[in-house]
Amino acid sequence: MNAPRSLPPDLQDLAERAERAARSLGLDPPQVCFELVDPDELNMVAAYGGFPVRYPHWRFGMTFQHLQKTHEYGLSRIYELVVNNDPCYAYLMRTNTRMEQKLVMAHVYGHADFFRNNLRFAPTDRRMIDTMANHATRVRRHVDRFGPERVEEFLDACLSLENLIDPMALWVRREAPPADDGEARMSDERIAESRVRKIEARHAYMDPYLNPKGEMDRERKLAAEKLAKSRRDPPEPVRDVLGFLLRRAPLEDWQADCLDIVREEALYFAPQAMTKIANEGWASFIHSRLMTRHLLDQGEFVEYADRHSGTMAMPPGGFNPYAVGLAIFRDIEDRWDRGAHGRAWRGIADPAERRRFDDGSRRGWQKCLEVRRACDDSMLVDQYLTPDLMDELQLYTWGRDPRTGQPVILDRDPVPVKKRLLADLANGGQPVIDVADANHENRGELLLVHLFEGTPIREDFAKQTLRALHRLWSRPVHVDTIALDANGGRRVRWSFDGQDATTRDLGKSGSAPAA
Amino acid sequence: MRRVDRDLGRFRAIVEGHVRRNLREFVRKGDLLAREGAKTVRVPLPQVELPRFRFGSKDGRDGGVGQGPGRPGEPAQGEAGESAGEHEMEAEVTLEDLARILGEELSLPRIEPRGTRKIEADMLRYRSIRRTGPRSLRHFKRTFRTALRRQILDGSYDARRPIVVPLPEDERFRSFEVTPLPESSAAIVYMMDVSGSMGAEQKEVVRHTAFWLDTWIRSQYRNVAVRYVVHDAEAREVDREQFFHLKESGGTKISSAYRLCMDMCERDHPRDRWNVYAFHFSDGDNWSGGDTQECLDLLASRLLPAVNQFAYGQVKSAYGSGQFKHDLDRKFPDREDLVTAEIADRDGILPAIRQFLGRGR
Repeated sequence: MNAPRSLPPDLQDLAERAERAARSLGLDPPQVCFELVDPDELNMVAAYGGFPVRYPHWRFGMTFQHLQKTHEYGLSRIYELVVNNDPCYAYLMRTNTRMEQKLVMAHVYGHADFFRNNLRFAPTDRRMIDTMANHATRVRRHVDRFGPERVEEFLDACLSLENLIDPMALWVRREAPPADDGEARMSDERIAESRVRKIEARHAYMDPYLNPKGEMDRERKLAAEKLAKSRRDPPEPVRDVLGFLLRRAPLEDWQADCLDIVREEALYFAPQAMTKIANEGWASFIHSRLMTRHLLDQGEFVEYADRHSGTMAMPPGGFNPYAVGLAIFRDIEDRWDRGAHGRAWRGIADPAERRRFDDGSRRGWQKCLEVRRACDDSMLVDQYLTPDLMDELQLYTWGRDPRTGQPVILDRDPVPVKKRLLADLANGGQPVIDVADANHENRGELLLVHLFEGTPIREDFAKQTLRALHRLWSRPVHVDTIALDANGGRRVRWSFDGQDATTRDLGKSGSAPAA
Repeated sequence: MRRVDRDLGRFRAIVEGHVRRNLREFVRKGDLLAREGAKTVRVPLPQVELPRFRFGSKDGRDGGVGQGPGRPGEPAQGEAGESAGEHEMEAEVTLEDLARILGEELSLPRIEPRGTRKIEADMLRYRSIRRTGPRSLRHFKRTFRTALRRQILDGSYDARRPIVVPLPEDERFRSFEVTPLPESSAAIVYMMDVSGSMGAEQKEVVRHTAFWLDTWIRSQYRNVAVRYVVHDAEAREVDREQFFHLKESGGTKISSAYRLCMDMCERDHPRDRWNVYAFHFSDGDNWSGGDTQECLDLLASRLLPAVNQFAYGQVKSAYGSGQFKHDLDRKFPDREDLVTAEIADRDGILPAIRQFLGRGR
């Protein structure tokens, strides 16, 4: 890895000021290395997710082209780019004004603090820059040995399945630890024993006659065999599909290594997908506090206000995680400053009274620090997005008009809006799909099950993804889900057997689609 | 070399391979047609992008949470649902690359420079000065300088009160010079039968064919002028928009179009400066045998000598007899500079292009 170029002294000064101010608030960011880059370089760095070295793959080129196009058209400007690492790496655009650099730095310290302290990130690899570089070396070695086409084709298949991870895998071991052998056999035998067909003897002495030992042994053996056959594999559904494939799919060493790399990187990025509102909200909360209380010089206020409001603007119809997150943190600070939470406050019926309520507890900032430590997006929205705040933010749910296909506003009632928002945030916005059976129909076929929560998955994409899955599993693969049509939901099984993608109707679904 | 270049190059190669593999499909569906004046075409990326298990239906996201004013039941504004961080990726291929792909896939020969004739293009450059001209081209500095010089000469200039008033004769204007540049120019003349028997689908076929012809010819010449002629019983020149959308009825006199084309060539695109490509599309019906005979005579005597190549594309329609192609083929069985092709439907576009451009003229 190339050593970071040192910042020009004036920016270095600003960075130190920002860091001092952040620490004075009680934040605990890791060391941050800023790097000054040109817009073109920034797009490049952004295409690689902020990492200087990653394994060769065309999709980084695709992202780069996309970023450059949008940059050219003036559609987007990447203001900040922070890498969760220790030390944190962050990039500053050379063309930024002095005020913008300050703003970016303040924002970056917010992210850096969040990365280090939020519990979601606790188990992430803090030397990811090095790890990514190692991944690159490993992939290049495979490319040298097996040729770029084979490796690329295999990586494509792995990346198609990238979102089939268990975001909790870094904390939780979901599968039961392999039990002590003797005990496992015991319990199996006991189950088998109970299934042995025998004639009930009224008197114990009759038993050996009614159920002769030779016959019983044969019966026991049969029962045990039947039990083993009926045993599901895996015994419980497995969320970590990539991990399961890594252990069970018939892969060559280099293929397993590629899959391992893809899985490891997906797990590293997963917390970021699950903390967009919280992370951006926190960083925005911090930058506004740092800027307005510590860093802004006179004469920069108007420019700051302009930039800040630009970032926080809510495009009509859109959903800006920066704005929502910031609003939530501000609301938390205000409410906990006034003690406007808990039973005493909730008991007040009059809204004006509720707004005026103040018990002088001044715990707002403390509470914010706790929330940034404990919450991901789902928890933040669930617990701290109040009906009042939702009203203020003008949140609504939308759906498509069945006749015109145009998006229309469905509802502004806080309950369904929050429900929808939580549904969208669940599992980082990815469908939840488990391995249900690795020996489906006793033919070694792989069956995945989509845990349907009201939103269907796209059939065309799913069938293409099944091809990728088949590439790894080499036997027919299936996924069960629910497809919606005019009459409600139907359970369907999409399959790919190496030749054709097929759909099988499994009958009407019990669970009604979400309205 | 930037470190992204390798991955970017690989991505471009993948997109190109994708276009190459699906060229037939793209041509049939008309997916790659560039907008007028655009330098690139957009390649639909869903097929290139890595598939995932993801929410949604074919129309994209079906619902979500948004922000903004409006009552339930009212349309949600803006790009609803873009928020989820799902960018629609797209790839672009330049027309040059597209022409190259087309050329390689159809193994088209590059067009050879024509004979010994040196084709020069006039290049206009605003690099000289004149005493007359439009106001908007007035050269302020020069005008001022001339006025100043005159005032100093006639003694009306006062250094303490430096007011300079230009008279009409002081005024200087920018003017262009004509610079001959050795350059290759081509003119494409599209002629189309818009009589009643040519339906919408036939015109679509012509439009798609014309796009690919344009793309290839533009890749071979620096300067390409495109002219459009429609005809039923009479012919007239129209713009591009009209060309593809005009609906006429009535009879068909092909000779009218050929005559107009000839006039245009002689007036605007003389043979010594221009490489002229004439493409004529019709469903093969002509008013009378007499008119057909006239067409054949015109072609032989005047039109063919005026162009690099004349191509006739016969688009199959429910009404056309297809007689005209027979007549052409019979009259000119083996002339290098005349090609005919039958385009039965959209699948016929690529073979027709190969025939039209396969001679490298």
